[in-house]
Amino acid sequence: MENLSPISVLVRNERGVLSRVSGLFARRGFNIYSLAVGETDDPTVSRISVVVAGDPPVIEQVVKQLRRLVSVIKVSDLTGQARVERGLLVIKVKAPHDKRGELMQLVQIFRARVDHVDNQSLILEVTGNREKLEAFIDILRPHGILEMARTGQIAIARSQGPMADYWNEAAAGFDEDQDGTYNISRAAERLAQEIQEQD
Amino acid sequence: MSPYSQRSNAARDELGLMLDRQIGLTRASGQSASPRRDAMNAPAKPQDPQAAYTGADAVVACLKHQGVEVIFGMTGGVISPVYDALFRDGSIKHVIVGHEQGAAHMAEGYARATGKVGVVMTTSGPGATNLVTGLADAFMDSTPMVAITGQVTSNLLGNDAFQEADMRGITMPITKHNYQITSVDELPGVFAEAFFVALSGRPGPVLIDLPKDVSTAPCDHLLAAPSAPTGYKPPYRGQPLQIERALKVMAKAKQPVILAGGGVVTAGASEELRELVRLTGIPVTTSLMGLGTYPAGDELYLGMPGMHGTGYANLALHHADLIVCVGNRLDDRVTGQLDRFAPDAQFIHIDVDASEIGKNLPCLVPIVGDAKPVLIEMIKGVKQWEEKPDFSAWRERIDGWKKCYPMTYQPKPPAISPQAVVELLGRTLPEEAIVVTGVGQHQMYTAQFYPFREPRTLISSGGLGTMGFGLPAAVGAKVGSPDKEVVLIDGDGSFLMTIQELATAVRYKVGVVVLILNNHFLGMVRQWQEMFMDKRQAETDLQPPPYAKVAQAFGGLGREVTTSEELEEAIAWARAEAADKRVPVVLDVAVEREALVLPMVPPGGANADFIPCPGQKREE
Ligand SMILES: Cc1ncc(C[n+]2csc(CCOP(=O)(O)OP(=O)(O)O)c2C)c(N)n1
Repeated sequence: MENLSPISVLVRNERGVLSRVSGLFARRGFNIYSLAVGETDDPTVSRISVVVAGDPPVIEQVVKQLRRLVSVIKVSDLTGQARVERGLLVIKVKAPHDKRGELMQLVQIFRARVDHVDNQSLILEVTGNREKLEAFIDILRPHGILEMARTGQIAIARSQGPMADYWNEAAAGFDEDQDGTYNISRAAERLAQEIQEQD
Repeated sequence: MSPYSQRSNAARDELGLMLDRQIGLTRASGQSASPRRDAMNAPAKPQDPQAAYTGADAVVACLKHQGVEVIFGMTGGVISPVYDALFRDGSIKHVIVGHEQGAAHMAEGYARATGKVGVVMTTSGPGATNLVTGLADAFMDSTPMVAITGQVTSNLLGNDAFQEADMRGITMPITKHNYQITSVDELPGVFAEAFFVALSGRPGPVLIDLPKDVSTAPCDHLLAAPSAPTGYKPPYRGQPLQIERALKVMAKAKQPVILAGGGVVTAGASEELRELVRLTGIPVTTSLMGLGTYPAGDELYLGMPGMHGTGYANLALHHADLIVCVGNRLDDRVTGQLDRFAPDAQFIHIDVDASEIGKNLPCLVPIVGDAKPVLIEMIKGVKQWEEKPDFSAWRERIDGWKKCYPMTYQPKPPAISPQAVVELLGRTLPEEAIVVTGVGQHQMYTAQFYPFREPRTLISSGGLGTMGFGLPAAVGAKVGSPDKEVVLIDGDGSFLMTIQELATAVRYKVGVVVLILNNHFLGMVRQWQEMFMDKRQAETDLQPPPYAKVAQAFGGLGREVTTSEELEEAIAWARAEAADKRVPVVLDVAVEREALVLPMVPPGGANADFIPCPGQKREE
């Protein structure tokens, strides 16, 4: 599978902000895997959660380009960070009577919910990270998927404080004295290390 | 106080007062040019008897609060309330243009000459869409600009109303930011933020779309304390850690080159650049946008690199082991084929815009910050070097290349060589004269052969390469810097694209000299056809109108120049007349029709494979 990076973007909650962000992705040819938007506890701030497919230099550009937007308050690349990540999947599968028991077992294993039952089908709902949702889809596929809808993935880092922390940091602005890693391209970091080792 | 407001205030103080004195824009201070206007100079007439003002008055108050001295634009239905408020207020000058694209380029010329924000105003729909090229141009060349566009009333938005265009959608990719106002209460905050965003960090154009119901809405007071912009906090100082690393890498380099760009101009860091070069002895090359930040003729100066750069700049970059990029975005016109650009070099990259760093090439030491404070810190560090690195062997090698590949051309008398015209101007004009160009061969001849010595003396469309940029940009530059001579070096094709701004120059007594290097061709494209398309001249020969007569018809002056002998005298005449009569003076110079811009890196080729000047052979 391609490299997928979840990126969390706090934006000013103003009209057109989503098209600003998504337009940036379209223009620069960044490959969006999923996108989800919603308000935060501060109604003037929204969080856009976007999962981008691409190698590290691409992700670095994504983050930098997002930071350039005036509507953007903070961008966090959650790749490789401990995080809680969730998406919602609603899926309608063929469910003849002789298969129901098996399906109900799967529902239990995946801690899904049954939202609708009729003679031909079940509608199931499940939340979870990408891997879990994909595993669920794969396991249902042989049963015959009739229809399916998914939300974008949303994610929050485990290590960082609540919203208030983001907000304070954002208000404080760019921390010019923070450790230089802020802008170091990962490729450059590697190069730099090589040089130091040569010394 | 932020360094940005300092920068704008200083610029304002220095240059602001000149305007009143010099430009005959509608009114001289203290007296009114029109009695009609006096009658109208009464305070704002409220539409709502309860309210003291309208949204349009609030807009004017915001503009005054930002210290706006002049607006370039064109009126129309939905913007007319703001024009009315401007008229009643009477303190901001307005330049009405022939075409809104002209207004945008004028604002650019004004901004680039002065370092202040250029302001344009248009009506909705066609007026607003006519700005698009200028906005894109300003965006590419990081030019601070605020555009105010009228918009249909809010309840018609999205209904394909008469003269409606979705300006926010249209300009999203070509502005640094844009706004659509929904109520008068937003005006002070939005205007404050718009000007801050336009000027700070990496400057750029910002658009404010103003529905008519907002400009006509009643409004009690003209300015409330604007809220601070959230989130947007551009970096200024570079990371000390990175600067330290950069100094270490520089001290260890054997064959370093400094590559400076427009960011040095924007940051006002030209002095610092010169100091750094002087202290380190590192040779320096400047991109088109950086011309003038380092004085031509200095022994450490390599001229411009890239597609039409000097052979020695390209060879120096190709063989460099370290390139210190300052405010340069490594455009493909500079790098040529990217994977063969400077194959052995590592990069130190200084830029206010973090996204430029590592965008095209991996960078060893990224420094996010304004060029000025960063260079100041680097200079401090260099002064503490215990042992000064010795680059003399490297410089000797470069000097060898300078001897092998000097900038020359082949005159073909009796034809006038375009390069010779540029050289003559270079010898004639004062150091601080502002040279503006269109886009094409003439632009490259200017970059190659004009000895730029001061920042903000070249105004050219670098990123977008907009033909038609020249005349309006020259008018804007002269409006912004009335005490400086402004000379436009244009092509016959480029000039035709915005020729109507001659009327604007005449109307406002803007004395610019226009020197057309007239080859009766879309020369630059013809050059590509000659070199890469078997000489098939598809639609590149022009039949330009007699420009000297056209200039006269518009109310300016014009003269044709057909021989080398009359050139010097003609230039002297044009300069004198432009200064004296304060009208545009056009010199239509018939130059050698088939001259080529050389050296040239073939498109898609590597810089090191440049085709040299005539009579030179590539050796390596
Ligand atoms: C608005 C616009 N249209 C087309 C082009 C493509 N183009 C680049 S250079 C050039 C020819 C310029 O001719 P002219 O202004 O006469 O200058 P010359 O090259 O002859 O000096 C053209 C058509 C452009 N840069 N801008």
